[in-house]
Amino acid sequence: MIVEAILLTIVTAATPLLLAALGELVAERSGTLNLGVEGMMAMGAVCAFAGAVAFDSTVLGIACGLAAGTAMAALFALAVLGFAANQVASGLALTITGLGLSGLIGAPFVGQRREAIGHLALPGLTDIPIIGRLLFGQDAFVYASIALTALVAVFIRRTRAGLVLRSVGENHASAHALGLPVLRVRLLAVLFGGACAGLAGAYISLVYTRFWSPGMIAGRGWIALALVVFAAWRPGWALVGAYLFGAATVLQLHAQAAQTGLPSQALAAVPYLVTILVLVLLSLGRHRAAGAPGSLGQAFVPDR
Amino acid sequence: MTRFTGAIAAGLALALSAGGAAAQQKLKVGFIYVGPVGDLGWSYQHDQGRKAVEKALGDKVETTFVESVSEADAERPIEQLVRTGHKLIFTTSFGFMEPTLKVARKYPDVKFEHATGFKRAPNLATYAAKFHEGRYIIGQIAGKMSKSGTIGYVGAFPIPEVVSGINAYMLGAQSVRPDIKMKVVWVNSWFDPGKEADAAKALLDQGVDVLAQHTDSPAPIQAAEARGRFGFGQATDMERFAPKAQLTAIIDDWNDYYVSRVNAVLDGTWKSGDTWGGLDSGMVKMSPYKNMPDDVRKLAEETENAIKTGKFNPFKCPVVKQDGSTVECKGQGALSDEQVLGMNFYVKGIDDKLPQ
Repeated sequence: MIVEAILLTIVTAATPLLLAALGELVAERSGTLNLGVEGMMAMGAVCAFAGAVAFDSTVLGIACGLAAGTAMAALFALAVLGFAANQVASGLALTITGLGLSGLIGAPFVGQRREAIGHLALPGLTDIPIIGRLLFGQDAFVYASIALTALVAVFIRRTRAGLVLRSVGENHASAHALGLPVLRVRLLAVLFGGACAGLAGAYISLVYTRFWSPGMIAGRGWIALALVVFAAWRPGWALVGAYLFGAATVLQLHAQAAQTGLPSQALAAVPYLVTILVLVLLSLGRHRAAGAPGSLGQAFVPDR
Repeated sequence: MTRFTGAIAAGLALALSAGGAAAQQKLKVGFIYVGPVGDLGWSYQHDQGRKAVEKALGDKVETTFVESVSEADAERPIEQLVRTGHKLIFTTSFGFMEPTLKVARKYPDVKFEHATGFKRAPNLATYAAKFHEGRYIIGQIAGKMSKSGTIGYVGAFPIPEVVSGINAYMLGAQSVRPDIKMKVVWVNSWFDPGKEADAAKALLDQGVDVLAQHTDSPAPIQAAEARGRFGFGQATDMERFAPKAQLTAIIDDWNDYYVSRVNAVLDGTWKSGDTWGGLDSGMVKMSPYKNMPDDVRKLAEETENAIKTGKFNPFKCPVVKQDGSTVECKGQGALSDEQVLGMNFYVKGIDDKLPQ
């Protein structure tokens, strides 16, 4: 059942990217560019692992990861919303801080391991060949990430709060003039982004590879950031992008194992090329106006 | 990103050494690692060596390390160590070769040691361990333990150090099972647990049942454990991550070498040169053979002994290349050290193409 095996691996590879991208997407829709995703994910990963080991509970571990990501985002919010600091510089600083701090916190946990977390098992359904385990045999993170995609999509497109979020991101001056609480909306969006990044980190240290090691995020935060841009700030496309990237990554490894004779260095570049190409083509199709939020990356200081 | 951590660490090193400058004349020894010390593999073992130096030589030395240094950006942290008064600097990854050479030429009074490279200078020595000796042994074990007849290898980069390991692994497996098949997947990274796990899963999904790795995290062997297959620890004992899957581990032990080289600088006998230690010198060690039948364990122990005592060389002639041609034998009854250190071909029996 090699097809099933490949699909299952793709889901594992895509889920952390999707979670982190969704969070960043919401933050960016509010007009804040947080380049600290990598750092928040590292903190999420280490705190989730530390929590899971300390309390011997995966659920509490996930809660710790979530809290750590949110706390990092709060730090970022304090700088860019509280003191109107430069978002790019603050975001990079957040990444550096997160990577360093995670190594420090994680030092006592290096070399420990956790058991695998439970997967859904529905008698009958999970045993269906090929699609059974794919649809009905995943872990909670996978279902949560898919549900979250739908929720974020509906929230942004169909709810009043989503409209407020978008207007704050498109033009903060007008939103302010309309009496919308620009900074409060941004704060919530940034915190949501941090929570999602923390969750993505937790997935990496508790499910993807079940140990903690500094540097284990290995650039996935940056890929999530890029996915948001190539998905043109749309949750559905972020999902497509994350799964495309995951699929291309896993398939190039399989192509190597199948001894196709293609150079591995070129294959390693395939995920990036495919994802960029497909998402650019998608965004060329309709709604060419779907660009970056108008106030993205600009500091907002309310005059009164 | 590794670049950033490297930058921070270099900054810290600077701050720390500034504080210690007032102290007595101690020999300052610097280490540059390619991964984090917590990688549980390659860099971790080098850091164990650094700790051994501190323990053995106490207050005669002061050590500093910079971790997670990207190979593209190594010159800056190396030079940083020189400027902060380090007189002996170990750079511990193949990719640090050119930057180390460059800095070494600039500062002739500072001594450098580069691991796994081949470029030397009067103040730049090289050292490496004959990991391929261990890989021949695990190849034999893999050949015996594989039921599917297909074994796998997760590789980092197609450089001689890794390629010679793959060949030794294959030759070992062929020695007990001539028709064995091997699949290789390159991760193009020394350390990316997620991708290493995906690579391992790809191999396991394609029928591999014994997995070797030349990347630095325990992710591949952990993937083997999760599937109920077998694997081998890399650089360090990875048993705790895969108690049922780890057959043995090839352990890099730099402790004695580092202590002796630092000692040589202290008493003024340090000379540039090349050190290449194997099982006999203790630079390469095998962790206990486990999860295998007694006859396989016995075979492994015999081979280990034969290599240790010099009775057997994994690259004994004739070595036949993929295309069927025989490699010229430049050593005594086996390939010469240079041939192994510069190995850029697959041996016969590996069907894949080596990326160049």
